[in-house]
Amino acid sequence: MSEILISALFVFVLASFAGFEVINKVPPTLHTPLMSGSNAISGISVLGALIIAGDKDWSVTVILGLIAIILATVNVVGGFLVTDRMLQMFKKKEDAKA
Amino acid sequence: MSSFMPTVIQLTYLVASSLFFVGLKQLGSPATARKGNLVASIGMLLAVVATLLDKHILNYQMILLAIAIGTVIGIVSAYKVAMTEMPQMVGLLNGLGGAASAMVAVGEFWRYFATFDNPPLDTTITALLGVLIGGVTLTGSFVAFAKLQGIMTGSPILFPFQQVVNALLLGGFLVGSVYICLQPSNIPIFLALVGISLVLGVMFVIPIGGGDMPVVISLLNAFSGLAASAAGFVVMNNMLIIAGALVGASGIILTVIMCKAMNRSLANVLFAGFGSGEGGTAAAASGSVGDQTIHSIDPEESAMMLGYARSVVIVPGYGMAVAQAQHAVRELADQLERLGVEVKYAIHPVAGRMPGHMNVLLAEANVPYEVLYDMDDINPMFDQTDVALVIGANDVVNPAARENPSSPIYGMPILDVDKAGHTIVIKRSMNTGFAGIENDLFYKDRTMMLFGSAKDVVAKLVSEVKQL
Repeated sequence: MSEILISALFVFVLASFAGFEVINKVPPTLHTPLMSGSNAISGISVLGALIIAGDKDWSVTVILGLIAIILATVNVVGGFLVTDRMLQMFKKKEDAKA
Repeated sequence: MSSFMPTVIQLTYLVASSLFFVGLKQLGSPATARKGNLVASIGMLLAVVATLLDKHILNYQMILLAIAIGTVIGIVSAYKVAMTEMPQMVGLLNGLGGAASAMVAVGEFWRYFATFDNPPLDTTITALLGVLIGGVTLTGSFVAFAKLQGIMTGSPILFPFQQVVNALLLGGFLVGSVYICLQPSNIPIFLALVGISLVLGVMFVIPIGGGDMPVVISLLNAFSGLAASAAGFVVMNNMLIIAGALVGASGIILTVIMCKAMNRSLANVLFAGFGSGEGGTAAAASGSVGDQTIHSIDPEESAMMLGYARSVVIVPGYGMAVAQAQHAVRELADQLERLGVEVKYAIHPVAGRMPGHMNVLLAEANVPYEVLYDMDDINPMFDQTDVALVIGANDVVNPAARENPSSPIYGMPILDVDKAGHTIVIKRSMNTGFAGIENDLFYKDRTMMLFGSAKDVVAKLVSEVKQL
């Protein structure tokens, strides 16, 4: 295995551990927004799509990349907006009465 | 000077990754959640802009067009979706993310076909992994969507030798993968592997019953993250790897929470075909032993019981959401509070079709989150509760889970509504719930059945309580 792959594996494993720690204590009230918010983050594959769609000349790779950009952008934009829409509904008692 | 841009890009990725961590951390508390979501979205924007600075990206018009199309679709769908449809929405978005990751893996691999180069072994293996996880996420999410949307039956689809077929598909994928590692230029085999991944996604979700959807949606969420990580390994991009790992971790945590809430192992959820005829009929037979009678009650009498109680706990289930009764329920709670009744809501972890779904539906009806109680907090309080009002919930209040070792749901943590002074159950008919199991609660002496559609009945309760 190449050295780049090894260091990428380090990043992956450590980020997973950090993720477990950050998310572990989320109250049930926020499970749905957490899921749709993290779902929006999984649209990060848009970066990979941008990289492979970058060629000036048409090819299978570029076409796949452009389709992937559309799909991932829907995931990102839709995910963050719908999460915001949900979160703005969560109110404290005083706010809800007002 | 030539290394200037790549350094800027990498440093921006570092900032963006940190923003993801900060954002997710803030998403964990109701007070900061909205800000957290904003922080994470800024991280995403930074990451995208930084990537566009890459000198290999020349195809700007098409790329910006693609981003614009995706943005418009994203905005429209985010604002049009109803809160009851949130599980389908998340399912669909998961699928799109998985598809994008799989396409990145395929696209990168294809670059080598096109140039008649043999890709390095690392790239081949990670690309195959990306295709497998991304493909399963794509079709699995679409099947989950179809089940939730009612396009497809919610009950498990089982057929003879299902496990054998699955094992053969998986074995086929492994053999094909080894072949591709040795002969990376074989396009038909590569395409066959893509096909197998897509079929595996379908096979993975069809045997799972509608009641287990919270687990499936959580697991697919984890997969969509892992797919992004795999794509990150293919194009060797740390940002993808980190963000994907984060999403994978959160999806796995939620999956474990959901499994615990149903007292089932993940393997049992995935492979047991729970809620398919057999278990259900056996339980129904045992449930109808002896001549048990039910006590029914009318809205007027129910209103009296509720209005003169000191404390009422409302237990909403998915039936309430389907009937769109959450606003009427909130009105009822307001009226009761006006009479000095203390009103709380008891939320079971698997109420609704995805983790935390019921909380969102009640928030939409302006119910403040402080009066929503989790199962562990509310269960000790049922002893001191005068009336428990169950609206459209069934399996999560079935005492058989506590008392009857032969019941398929035995051991599942439930809301102890039968310990309240009285229990009023609003239900359309005596039909069984998602798990197809008879509910002993309905035959208890202190349980009154209030038949009718949740929305009508609650509206009647509101007008009756107003007159008290």
